[in-house]
Amino acid sequence: MSRNTKINLVLLFAVAALAVLPLALGLGDHKKEPFTGADAEAETAITELKPDYEPWFSPLYEPPSGEIESALFSLQAALGAGVLAYYFGLRRGRRQGEQRALDREGERRAPERRAGSAPAGAAGKPAAERD
Amino acid sequence: MHIAEGFLPPAHAVAWGVASAPFVVHGVRSLTREVREHPESTLLLGASGAFTFVLSALKLPSVTGSCSHPTGTGLGAILFRPPIMAVLGTITLLFQALLLAHGGLTTLGANVFSMAIVGPWAGYAVYALLRRSNAPLMVAVFSGAFVADLSTYCVTSVQLALAFPDPGSGFLGALAKFGSIFAVTQIPLAVSEGLLTVLVMRLLVQSSKGELTRLGVLLTRKQSRTETEAVAR
Repeated sequence: MSRNTKINLVLLFAVAALAVLPLALGLGDHKKEPFTGADAEAETAITELKPDYEPWFSPLYEPPSGEIESALFSLQAALGAGVLAYYFGLRRGRRQGEQRALDREGERRAPERRAGSAPAGAAGKPAAERD
Repeated sequence: MHIAEGFLPPAHAVAWGVASAPFVVHGVRSLTREVREHPESTLLLGASGAFTFVLSALKLPSVTGSCSHPTGTGLGAILFRPPIMAVLGTITLLFQALLLAHGGLTTLGANVFSMAIVGPWAGYAVYALLRRSNAPLMVAVFSGAFVADLSTYCVTSVQLALAFPDPGSGFLGALAKFGSIFAVTQIPLAVSEGLLTVLVMRLLVQSSKGELTRLGVLLTRKQSRTETEAVAR
């Protein structure tokens, strides 16, 4: 494994550890409902600060259940991940293709160069080619 | 950081919408110019938007015992400058408001202001400052992404505290309350976002050197000096 890959893996591992540690250490245990969304907690805080506040507009479309909502969230993440993977895949493929084309070009050129360096017969011609 | 639909009083909702609109309009112009002048950057633009899509869908547990999500706006702000990120962030927020009932149309202005405007600008400012003082690229990228993420949630706290001041302790009391919900929860997530942004930037350095050089992320020392001089002039 190259050094680059190792560093990338360490970065991923650190992110995973940051996500898992709060769960493993039970940091949500002091709450009635552990690990709810901060957005929902803010809504609760609003109703505490202003008990008579009524939201004056409701969403045009609301996912009918938690399952549908999580499906749509996964769809969002999948779309993003798909585009990112496409980008990096395309780049990698292009780089490999370019490298291969260069190699082929090199092979094609190599015999010519050998012929050019031969002194007999073709005096002056290599110089003209070089220009 | 998504203020839920209808959860900002109408006057606040309108004010944040008015504040955000010029940034988004300006961003749309920068985006069309970028695509027209450099059609080859469309792909990387898509990838930056996609990064925001993934990260803002990832709800992660945090030390406060609640969950929140990163924003993913630092990467695009560093690559393409904050105005373009205003557009990409708005698209993400619109998707979530319309399909997920997450955030909302009436609170779109406020959410755009925190996630697509202040976050990218604050993150970019930190990144640019560190780069100018010759900090290593990845240190600047991490700090930029960290600040973009955290500042977004600080702005949300301010927005809510302005709309719902505490009856006893006023704006500051409410700010402390919302800050403890959003900002504290966000600190480890901002670290995660910084690490993920560094990861993507490392992959970009490996795969897209030419593009990064054109965008001014990778600079030779000489170039960076002339650029600083050009800005100073």
